[in-house]
Amino acid sequence: MHLSIIDWSIMLVYFVFVLGIGFALKRFMRTSNDFFMAGRSIPAWVCGLAFISTNLGAQEVMGMGACGAKYGIITSHFYWIAAIPAMLFVGIFMMPFYYGSKARSVPEFLRMRFDEKTRAVNAISFALMTVLSSGISMYAMALLIQTLGLLHGIVPDNWVFHVSVLISAVIVLSYIFLGGLTSAIYNEVLQFFLIVAGFLPLVWVGLRNVGGWHGIQQRLPLTMTHSWRGMTHASTNSFGVELIGLVMGLGFVSSFGYWCTNFLVIQRAMAADSMDSARRVPIIAAIPKMFFPFLVILPGLIAVSIVTHTSADNTPTTIVSSTGQAVPVPLDEAHPHGIIPIKTDSISGKPLIDTSGNPVYNYDLTIPIMLLHFFPTGILGLGITALLASFMSGMAGNVTAFNTVWTYDIYQSYIKKDASDEHYLWMGHMATIGGVALSIAAAYAATSFNNIMDALQLIFAFVNAPLIATFLLGMFWKRTTGHGAFTGLLGGTLAALFHHGLTRPADAVAGIHGGWITTLHLYSSDMAQNFWTAIFAFSVNMVLTVIVSLMTKPQPESELVGLVYSLTPKPEEHHLAWYEKPATLAIIVLAICIVLNLIFA
Amino acid sequence: MGLDIRIPLGLVFVILGVIMGGYGVFTWDNAMYAYLSGLNINFIWGLVMLGFGVLMLALARNKQGGER
Repeated sequence: MHLSIIDWSIMLVYFVFVLGIGFALKRFMRTSNDFFMAGRSIPAWVCGLAFISTNLGAQEVMGMGACGAKYGIITSHFYWIAAIPAMLFVGIFMMPFYYGSKARSVPEFLRMRFDEKTRAVNAISFALMTVLSSGISMYAMALLIQTLGLLHGIVPDNWVFHVSVLISAVIVLSYIFLGGLTSAIYNEVLQFFLIVAGFLPLVWVGLRNVGGWHGIQQRLPLTMTHSWRGMTHASTNSFGVELIGLVMGLGFVSSFGYWCTNFLVIQRAMAADSMDSARRVPIIAAIPKMFFPFLVILPGLIAVSIVTHTSADNTPTTIVSSTGQAVPVPLDEAHPHGIIPIKTDSISGKPLIDTSGNPVYNYDLTIPIMLLHFFPTGILGLGITALLASFMSGMAGNVTAFNTVWTYDIYQSYIKKDASDEHYLWMGHMATIGGVALSIAAAYAATSFNNIMDALQLIFAFVNAPLIATFLLGMFWKRTTGHGAFTGLLGGTLAALFHHGLTRPADAVAGIHGGWITTLHLYSSDMAQNFWTAIFAFSVNMVLTVIVSLMTKPQPESELVGLVYSLTPKPEEHHLAWYEKPATLAIIVLAICIVLNLIFA
Repeated sequence: MGLDIRIPLGLVFVILGVIMGGYGVFTWDNAMYAYLSGLNINFIWGLVMLGFGVLMLALARNKQGGER
């Protein structure tokens, strides 16, 4: 791909602003409160957009496009079943505890509610996950730049990966080092609007090209354009999951586990300027989140609906494979593959064939290929910038979460307890450098190990799945004790691990996909196995926590005020207008979400 | 905190809008838009972004005015 000077100038302008915001905020970073928590002074709408934007890494953007191309509109379940209910729940029911407790992080809340050892489990596993996530983002971005040939001709080919990693690391490090959480939040808002600016015109011209949603419905199989078709049985829908697995596994455990306990997003809500604001943040975030399927999933559906293969400059679209050859985009009327490129072997350059003799399609490249197909020079620069920006915000969000958890939950708690605020502010800066350095290490580790991305996604799932049980029990049952929480958390994680080792998707061999102990049960798909792992881990955690809590000494109620639902006064809402009350907003959002589900059912 | 986000937000979209819109004018009736049925997407979208940027700056100005 060759970008013109216009495309490069658009990218340059954006990155100048990214760094400029960091420099502009530097003088406000006077205390650790300013640096780690943005002084708790950010308006709700800004926090809300940052909340959703930090979640919107490029893997989500590209991953959802790929999923949409492969599975269809059923992918919307990730948004309308998974994300929205969880976001509404955390805003209404959990933010009063997170914000009201004055905890500076999620692990710190666990220490306040339970004890040090529960905090330690969460802090250490979370810190590790943030660094790995950031590294994966860095790796994926460098890989994409390499695959698209963005720096082809500017930088020698074998340097491209290293240059990409270095540049992205330096940019992220600079603006976080200078402006802390505020800088990250402001850049996330910028990035949110940039993604909309980059993808909205893509959807617009794409829909025009394929004849709108009706055109898509005509060209694709029914199950791809209806999200609830065939959900009663695993074999009749493209996800290979049935209703219970979908609703409980994805809708409840996995998504609540992420949206309600992951400090990456919660940190943005904790930065709000008041309790009312903080409660509204996830609900405000849910509004654009509801409509994102149209920005990220729809391009995938459009991509497989296209029946011609000439691009914006009227030459057949090609993509530079990792061998440096230009691989043409195939045209195939029999299967809805549209403009999705074929995967080629990175050494021989030949197309990869699956077990039935069909070529394997590279769905991961759906979004980039859509950009190349529809966008002429100029707006192409905007689209590419939007994609790169979303990678970097994924990195930056993880770095701010890391430097906070490291400084407060690990360093201050276990290494140096009573230093001055200046010292912790200094530590925060050092942790930023350290976090980025560790991310770079993780990015390079990803190059050496074949399945590392899959392995890491698995680890995240194992750690994430049991979490929500601990938080729900902690916030809503005063009898839960520290020993119970600690045992349940560890037990749940181990349960996830064992469930994975003892089950396998039907079409996979034992190994990274499961069954590495032995195969006791077969699932119809990877996704079904994931969802049921989550359900299993959640249940084991819940049972263990309850049992151990009942066997151990209860905590005195005086210590739990403000931390448990039954011992905390309900948030005062009389001063709020009807449209400002979190519950009202949540009901409106939920209603719209149900309508969207019905429209696309 | 100190800096109203709408200022850099508005500014970046104004600049990007001018660049893209300007390029759209510069490439008016160019063959590269033929695939999009002649739609000068650079010009149109550049204008939209410019409008958004101006709106953001106006809102920021308004708030500052209100506080004084």
